[in-house]
Amino acid sequence: MAAPETPQPTTLRYAFGNALSFFVLLLIGVLAFSIRLFSVIKYESVIHEFDPYFNYRVTQYLIKSGVYDFWNWFDDRTWYPLGRVIGGTVYPGLTLTAGTLWRIFNSLNIPLSVETVCVFTAPIFSAFASWATYLLTKEVKGAGAGLTAAALLAMVPSYISRSVAGSYDNEAVAIFALIFTFYLYIKTLNTGSLFYATLNAIAYFYMVCSWGGYTFIINLIPMHVLLCIVTGRYSSRLYIAYAPLVVLGTLLAALVPVVGFNAVMTSEHFASFLVFIIIHVVALVYYIKGILTPQMFKVAVTLVISVGLIVCAAVLAVLIALVASSPTKGWSGRSLSLLDPTYASKYIPIIASVSEHQPPTWPSYFMDINVLAFLVPAGIIACFLPLSDASSFAVLYIVTSVYFSGVMVRLMLVLAPAACIMSGIALSEAFDVFTRSVKFQLFGATQDPQVNAGDTSNVTQNDVVKAEKSEDSLKERSSRKSKKKEKENVQTASVVSRIEKRLLVLPLEASLIAIFLLVLLGAFYVVHCVWAAAEAYSAPSIVLTSRSHDGLHVFDDFREAYAWLRHNTDVDDKVASWWDYGYQTTAMANRTVIVDNNTWNNTHIATVGTAMSSPEKAAWEIFNSLDVKYVLVVFGGLVGYPSDDINKFLWMVRIGGGVFPHIKEPDYLRDGQYRIDSQATPTMLNCLMYKLSYYRFVETDGRGFDRVRHTEIGKKYFKLTHFEEVFTTHHWMVRIYKLKSPRNRIRGKTKKSKSKATSTSSSKRSGARKKNPWH
Amino acid sequence: MKRIPFDLSLLFVFVFCMFFSTVCSDLVISKLDRRIDLTTQSVRTTVSLKVENNGDAVSEILLPFPEHQARNLAFLSAKISEGKDKTKGSSGSLPIEVANPKGVPPSLTWYSVSLPKELSKGGSLTLEVKAVFTHVLRPFPEKISQADAQLVAFQDSAHYLSPYTVKVQSLTIKLPEPRVESYTKLENTKFSGTELKYGPYENLPPFSYTPIVVHYVSNKPFAVAQELVREIEISHWGNVQITENYNLVHAGAEITGEFSRLDYQSRPHVRGASAFRNLVAKLPPRAHSIYYRDEIGNISTSNVWSDSAKTLLEIEPRYPMFGGWRTSFTIGYGLPLKDFLFRSEGKRFLNISFGCPMSDVVIENLIVKVVLPEGSKEISVSVPFSVKQSQETKFSHLDMVGRPVIVLEKKNVVPEHNQYFQVYYKFSNLSLLREPLMLIFGFFLFFVACIVYMHADFTISKSSPSYLAKLQWDEVQTAIQQFQNIMNRCLVAHDKLEASLRELSRTGDVQACKAARKAADSLLKELAKELKPLLSFLQSSPQAVQIMTKVEELVSKERELQEKLMLKHSTVVDSYEKKSGGRDIENRVAAVQQKITQLRQEVDDLLEVIDEI
Repeated sequence: MAAPETPQPTTLRYAFGNALSFFVLLLIGVLAFSIRLFSVIKYESVIHEFDPYFNYRVTQYLIKSGVYDFWNWFDDRTWYPLGRVIGGTVYPGLTLTAGTLWRIFNSLNIPLSVETVCVFTAPIFSAFASWATYLLTKEVKGAGAGLTAAALLAMVPSYISRSVAGSYDNEAVAIFALIFTFYLYIKTLNTGSLFYATLNAIAYFYMVCSWGGYTFIINLIPMHVLLCIVTGRYSSRLYIAYAPLVVLGTLLAALVPVVGFNAVMTSEHFASFLVFIIIHVVALVYYIKGILTPQMFKVAVTLVISVGLIVCAAVLAVLIALVASSPTKGWSGRSLSLLDPTYASKYIPIIASVSEHQPPTWPSYFMDINVLAFLVPAGIIACFLPLSDASSFAVLYIVTSVYFSGVMVRLMLVLAPAACIMSGIALSEAFDVFTRSVKFQLFGATQDPQVNAGDTSNVTQNDVVKAEKSEDSLKERSSRKSKKKEKENVQTASVVSRIEKRLLVLPLEASLIAIFLLVLLGAFYVVHCVWAAAEAYSAPSIVLTSRSHDGLHVFDDFREAYAWLRHNTDVDDKVASWWDYGYQTTAMANRTVIVDNNTWNNTHIATVGTAMSSPEKAAWEIFNSLDVKYVLVVFGGLVGYPSDDINKFLWMVRIGGGVFPHIKEPDYLRDGQYRIDSQATPTMLNCLMYKLSYYRFVETDGRGFDRVRHTEIGKKYFKLTHFEEVFTTHHWMVRIYKLKSPRNRIRGKTKKSKSKATSTSSSKRSGARKKNPWH
Repeated sequence: MKRIPFDLSLLFVFVFCMFFSTVCSDLVISKLDRRIDLTTQSVRTTVSLKVENNGDAVSEILLPFPEHQARNLAFLSAKISEGKDKTKGSSGSLPIEVANPKGVPPSLTWYSVSLPKELSKGGSLTLEVKAVFTHVLRPFPEKISQADAQLVAFQDSAHYLSPYTVKVQSLTIKLPEPRVESYTKLENTKFSGTELKYGPYENLPPFSYTPIVVHYVSNKPFAVAQELVREIEISHWGNVQITENYNLVHAGAEITGEFSRLDYQSRPHVRGASAFRNLVAKLPPRAHSIYYRDEIGNISTSNVWSDSAKTLLEIEPRYPMFGGWRTSFTIGYGLPLKDFLFRSEGKRFLNISFGCPMSDVVIENLIVKVVLPEGSKEISVSVPFSVKQSQETKFSHLDMVGRPVIVLEKKNVVPEHNQYFQVYYKFSNLSLLREPLMLIFGFFLFFVACIVYMHADFTISKSSPSYLAKLQWDEVQTAIQQFQNIMNRCLVAHDKLEASLRELSRTGDVQACKAARKAADSLLKELAKELKPLLSFLQSSPQAVQIMTKVEELVSKERELQEKLMLKHSTVVDSYEKKSGGRDIENRVAAVQQKITQLRQEVDDLLEVIDEI
């Protein structure tokens, strides 16, 4: 089919543009991958933080036992004695992805350990995510904007913070899935192809598998559909883009065990069904409008509206009654805290206690998206010139994600791709205008040979040439491949603007300076991103380092403690610690824990919190009733590690007190102040957490100076009666205590204390020990 | 002394043995010197015996060991050392095998040393027997607290257990520290410094046995690797990669009660004397890419020094190793291939040391795996001592058939086993290129597949309406592209005309201008001809309906533009021929010019519109 008559230079130019943008994309992928390797180079190839350790452990199980055992996995090493059904409570996308990767490598006889695959999953998927951003932005505003947005996303600090090598968390693959789902939605919207609609549903399924944030998709897309309908942009393409997604997507989502019937029963999904009904009504209206004469149509409208309103009102009333009958209005706690930012702090201390669930501060915006924050408004304006279906979606995406990121720091991650897309559009448009001016001034008006077209313009032009070329390639109408011929909505809409643009020519000097400034801005962004990747977000948090005059000092205390537990305790011993360390203890020490980062059972966590805030004897009884053998506390007072258990202690009191009212927060505060020095309350000084943290601490320097709280501790010399120290790490950051076995003296009561763990015996002793929350 | 349990059954055995002493009574040991080294956890005894033969010629000498020693015997070697004749001196060790002489009780294990030549009547020789025992030191008490020193008990006989009569003998026991809790006092017992001496004793009958017990302080590391897997992987690209997986335990007295980091840090040598902090591995020189890690990541407490003779790797477990504490870790390093791989008689052989590179680590179960490159043939192994040998296959790095792996297993390994062993195999250098070629071929196929995919049409149903429509649409697009092309060339011709007019106004050369006009005329006509079939095709094609209006409009506009331009051109040329003034010409052309500009604008717009489709 190739037309021999087509002039060679243009084809060549298009081919060159295509190849160039391909290589630019490849380089962007390499950039996205390699900027995330700072953690491996500066530290080591190791899993980071807390949740990734759980994911890593699940992946190990998946690879060891196969996918069917994985679905049925009941984990008895955590939440003792309750256990946890992992297969039904975990988003399996990440683990299945890494497991598949590992299987592929192994079938090729490339021996990679599970850990290596897990560590590098996040960087690989961030490369994918930047390619998906390219595709999405290309659909919205053309390939030039696409390339810019992809380059921006490859190194946006907010995303780097969640996807450095080793950060093996759901978000790592979920952001890719999110962007790719949006891309396929826009693609379907632009082409009206059922093929892409099906792909879209599958991408949505992958997103549901990967992250709870899929509710963002299933609310944002209906919002956009509604927007399109309201603004009179309904078309068959919109219908094809939306209806299959809801039907197929919901069916597929219900296949994921952790979602299950939630896909049709919770309020988060309600909007999608409502819009699904609306779009059908609208489709019907359009159809009837097509077959009826205008007069008949008017009659029909009045008829249908009057009947329809009544029916709708009835249905709505039933729905509202149904929803209102449930206490949380059918919304999960985290979703509610999104809609009402004050909800969590009022009702759910567990959600509020996590630092990443707090609202962000302004500096964190600058830290996480840097100059993009200033480019976004320009991008929004560019999206309105002209407003197409796709660009209206982009605008809606940025607006909603800005709101959500304002509620929770963690959702800054959702904002980052939107900000990148917007800034990509803005930058690309700006370059477009300026380079066009330069080109026009230099070559358009031939009689004005430019003397000052020196190096700067050449260099800057080179930067933009890439973008321009690939933009040209979009306009290509080559006859070689039928696939590329999908009609570009954007282009038809922008015809008018293009003609207008011819008049928008800026003076040469102004545009040269502007280009220079834009490049400077970009350079600043790159420098900031590399700094953030290298310094701020690469620390694995299980290894700490400090730089002093005599070189690098490594604090590897966490792994020291976990390795000790792993090798020197019995395999079935139970370890109690605050829930932050649960995942790490099960993964690294391979010991059973009482509570972990999953936080699904508030009462259980409150029990541990109560034990930690009780005096020694009561705590011993609680722990003994839970069959705990070792208690692990994290203590930063010796080396000045601020996120230790003493600093988290108020949350333990709060969460414990929320369930067991005999723990009262004011007992631990002196005049509303939390302190551990001599002014501290006796309750505070006698609670288990204080004692375990500061046991024999005073003997280190003679006065017990806490380097985190910058005070001398209140109670210096005390003995432990029910616990004994069995291990303390090199920098005292982790201290492990063993519960002493009960003394012979209380032999008369042994019958009672023997079977404490079982709740059946609780009635026997309920009178005797009121403080034990189990009874 | 009563506190230490003693193997009473042994005594009966020896009493019993007295009656068997006739078996080998021809040999007499004229002088015996025994040294026992207790400075480490493994007990090293060196016995030098001067043997005299009074009877028939013998070719072997028997060495009995009581059962509790034989069970833990890790290493045994004997060699002839002749003080005067140094030529033979300490050459090779003599072959030793387990013997079962008739009529001896089973509770003794007998080893027989075969002499290189028979010892004739009246002849004598000096034999050096070296034996290493593991796990014969018993910590007593078995549990100590953090502050206690570790005490161990050692039991043996003051007299050398031998089936032969021993004329003169003495025993020296070397202790790690001068601190001794107690020791069995016999006649001629001397204790000085770190040495304990028994003897000399004279003229003792065969099977003399006098039990002694030494209870002393030993804070040396009792590092026992319950299992060590050494994997030696040969890559003919120039590297020998060694990976060692340790499963280590402190086999001394177990710690009981609290472990206080405070005490340990403030006075590590008092409150933690029995613990060991670090181990030193002596690696071959030029070792590189050394790592030290365990299942949860890198262990940062390690140090490397290297010189031309060795590489020293000091590793520190994550926590100080107290009695009974365990740990596991992996060390790995690469070695240059040329230091360890040699060729002989058409075969290659690997020559590398067998045991663990750490001094003072006793290995209960050592597994050495030698991974040969894929495609190795005719594999044979030579090890200087007996090992259990098997073979398996390992798949790694794009292997197709797998690499042959030689597995050597040995129990109770001590540093004395750190001898070189050889693995012989045949390997062709061409096999080296297999994997790179495979990769190249794979990528080649991938690119070919891409090219095929880009050029072939994979539509399943060639007759479906949508496919046909697509085909038609493609044709229409081609046609429109050609159409645009022609239009652009028309416009170029127009530009040329305009240019010729400008040239005219500058030079006044009417002839050149006319020639330009002629050329443009013919070009435009040609283009119009070319345009016809395209237009007719577009008209006939149903897909092009919506564009057709624009196309037709464009064609008519262009024609109009062309006419006007011609008109302008002829007017201007005419006026030049008539030599009328510039202002006059301008006046005459003005109306036409306005029309032309307007038309040109419209044509450009239409072109853009068509371009956008």
